[in-house]
Amino acid sequence: MRIIEKSQLMSAAEIDRTLQRLAHQIVEKSGGTKNLALIGIRRRGVPLAERIARAMRGIDGVEVPVGTLDITLYRDDLSKVAPQAVLQSSHIPFAVDAMDLVLVDDVLYTGRTIRAAMNGLFDLGRPSRVSLCVLIDRGHREMPIEAQYVGRNVQTSDTEIIEVRLQEIDNEERVVLVDRVNS
Amino acid sequence: MLLIKNGRVLDAASQTDAPRDILLDGEHIAEIAPQGKLTHGDSVQSIDASGLIVAPGFIDMHVHLREPGQENSETIETGTHAAARGGFTVVCCMPNTKPVNDNASITRFIVDRAKAFGHVHVWPIGAASVGSKGEAIADIGAMREAGIVAVSDDGKPIASAKLARQIMDYCRTLELPVIEHSEDVSLAAGAVMREGIASTRLGLPGMPAAAESVCVARDVQVAELTGARLHIAHLSAKASLAQVRFAKQQGLRVTCEVTPHHFTLIDEDVTYDSRFKMNPPLAAREDREALLEGLADGTVDAIATDHAPHEPALKDVEFDKAPFGILGFETALGLALEQLVHSGRISLMRMVELFTTGPAAVLGKERKLAIGEPADLTVFSLDRPWTYDVKESASKSRNSPFDGHTFKGGPVATIASGKIVYKHA
Amino acid sequence: MSHSFRDLLAIEPLSADEITFILDQSKPFQEIQRNPLKKLATLRGKTVVLAFFENSTRTRLSFGTAASRLGADTMNLQAEASSLKKGETLLDTANNLNAMKPDCFVMRHSSSGAADFVARHLEIPVINAGDGTHEHPSQGLLDALTIRDRKGTLNNLNVTILGDIAHSRVARSNIHLLGKFGCRFTLCGPAMWVPRELEHIGPTGTPIRCVYRVEEALEDADVIIVLRVQTERLYEPSLSENDYILLYQLNAERMKLAKPDALILHPGPINRGTEITPDVADGPRSAVLEQVTNGVSVRMAILYLLMIGASEGTHPAFEAKA
Repeated sequence: MRIIEKSQLMSAAEIDRTLQRLAHQIVEKSGGTKNLALIGIRRRGVPLAERIARAMRGIDGVEVPVGTLDITLYRDDLSKVAPQAVLQSSHIPFAVDAMDLVLVDDVLYTGRTIRAAMNGLFDLGRPSRVSLCVLIDRGHREMPIEAQYVGRNVQTSDTEIIEVRLQEIDNEERVVLVDRVNS
Repeated sequence: MLLIKNGRVLDAASQTDAPRDILLDGEHIAEIAPQGKLTHGDSVQSIDASGLIVAPGFIDMHVHLREPGQENSETIETGTHAAARGGFTVVCCMPNTKPVNDNASITRFIVDRAKAFGHVHVWPIGAASVGSKGEAIADIGAMREAGIVAVSDDGKPIASAKLARQIMDYCRTLELPVIEHSEDVSLAAGAVMREGIASTRLGLPGMPAAAESVCVARDVQVAELTGARLHIAHLSAKASLAQVRFAKQQGLRVTCEVTPHHFTLIDEDVTYDSRFKMNPPLAAREDREALLEGLADGTVDAIATDHAPHEPALKDVEFDKAPFGILGFETALGLALEQLVHSGRISLMRMVELFTTGPAAVLGKERKLAIGEPADLTVFSLDRPWTYDVKESASKSRNSPFDGHTFKGGPVATIASGKIVYKHA
Repeated sequence: MSHSFRDLLAIEPLSADEITFILDQSKPFQEIQRNPLKKLATLRGKTVVLAFFENSTRTRLSFGTAASRLGADTMNLQAEASSLKKGETLLDTANNLNAMKPDCFVMRHSSSGAADFVARHLEIPVINAGDGTHEHPSQGLLDALTIRDRKGTLNNLNVTILGDIAHSRVARSNIHLLGKFGCRFTLCGPAMWVPRELEHIGPTGTPIRCVYRVEEALEDADVIIVLRVQTERLYEPSLSENDYILLYQLNAERMKLAKPDALILHPGPINRGTEITPDVADGPRSAVLEQVTNGVSVRMAILYLLMIGASEGTHPAFEAKA
């Protein structure tokens, strides 16, 4: 089994432009940044959320709080044979009650991650609204979940994987489509 | 101030044997100088020790003062008075009083009584187990703060090897020696004298030498296991002495004491007179011979009397009903001179060791004649004849087999804390 | 980092990395405990047996709470109310419980090695909650987490353990664990409770010394672990409580000899006024209550790791590693 790169979907500049656009969209839809907070889903949702918050600082001049959420404990597939991920910490330094929360992740796929994230959020309190912002929506939903803010829609097959590579984690900045082929 | 002049000074610590004058000031030795050379001392109270020996104050590290609880037999006051008359300046009292000295308040009682009424220094020995019952460990730490110098369940051995181990371990860390009355209770059960021809002839139940040596073996092995300081009390048997000798050769911190009656009398001397009944009992001829050798070659560290007064009502009964024990203070020095020094077995300096530096070292202390040292002195004669009349004893009891015996040499003056606590008329 | 063990029977065989991994994995659970809703569904539908053949309230409650907060169900076996009184062997008891298809076996027993014995016969993970005088791994881990949180590190600390160390499984687990991080140990107590053999039980090269004066033990201590004085000693003549208090009690006066930021731990339950005075037990240097809170977090991590397993994530839906 090998992984081969099929194509580049987004360059560094395109990622940046998309995030700027998403930041504007969120501010507009929320009618401002009051009670607004971003929650990045580990791992790559976190730097994305931080960048969107930075962009919002430029728009409204306001600091939108950013929290991080590790969803391992809320997953529904932990008991599967496939190896599971190491637990990371969540860190939400504000009360979620009555807040307008935007979950941020890199790729929306089956929707199970978001379902787990909502479980985690609702253990912390009762937000007034939860919306979802993703960089890439690749379809193949298994849950009734949709993203309110989407960077790019990409059609994929089941064997394909979308890898979002970000400077903060991967030391490079691009989105690529990879495929698994039998060697 | 007190001046002791013209005496022959024997100090075991410095191995000095020379004519010296000693000046005492308060509770300490102020000056020692060759005869006639002291700078002070003209208008000071003085003792003329011409023809006498002047030694550091003797220590008797195994005595029974019976207070609290058995004041009919002896009190701290009467016992220490008898000690002073015997030339002793320090006595270590065993804890088998009523109640047993197993906690700090009893220890403090004894210390306070001794300060108020004692004629000489009293260094208490604390019980190893509560009530000396051999079950729980006594408040040894607290008693050490109150002034004990050692622990013992004297009267009995420590009840089990396991308990002995724990107590020895504990006492090692508290830097207290453990004094063992080594006796195998099962071998000794019911016995009133040493098993042998004499006991058979008298028809009295006896205990073999092994009753002592079996327990000495246990105690020495446990001492090796724990690294503790072990002192065998009133050692009486050849087999026990051999083990102590071996232990010392191995570098173990094992010491022992011998009583004057054990180096003087043997089982053949026993008659149906409870003044010959004590525990451990008078031993066989070969045991006495071994003890004399041990006193000479250094295997024995100290002479201790095991002074055990019992009021006449208790001792004037059939031999097997009588309690064990005899008096010891007032005859110890006379017997040591007669049996050990005049017989040529040991030197006079060695005898002084056995009464001073020997017991002091077992207790982790010093005993010497030097400036600044405590003003405790024993002044005695090597040759003045005297007869022991027990009716004149300062003790409340009368249980001594040496009543009427004539000695050659004995105590003449005893000084404790700079005061004359005994002076022969 | 991953772990390769099915059971948690002892600290001794674990590596420093494995221990660090477990402590790191306890952090998310520390946070969960601060949430208003402390319930997860992670172990929903799983059953954890709490087989306490030796009495314990605190450890049993701690494991029980940990299992419940992860969403698991518990099966409680308590020593008195059990068929053990009717003479059933440990193996039969374990097999019988196992026949009810639990997913994890947490046990405490008065025989050293009992957990090891049961683990050899069961296929499910076995967690040792204390076996005889051998080890108490989860206590060692929660102590380590408490120390790390307060001191910032486990490395190269001076650790003093005070009390009856000869019979303490907690002390042994502490020595095995902290010894792997370069800590130096001073063991202190009455001589019968601090045998010299203890100087050799740590990882090779661990400096361990036995002292018998509490004053010597407190100087330079970064961490002081106080053990409970068991007044209900069943197997030897007891040391006088008065003597213990006089010579070894941890009181404010003696604490002046320790470093100002020395940390005090106690596995509990505390005998106030015996091994430790109330003011020291409740004072700012004492982390006794944090230990209890951390105990639930650590036990949640242990249950999570053993019942779910963890390794570097390669599941495509979750995590892509560069």
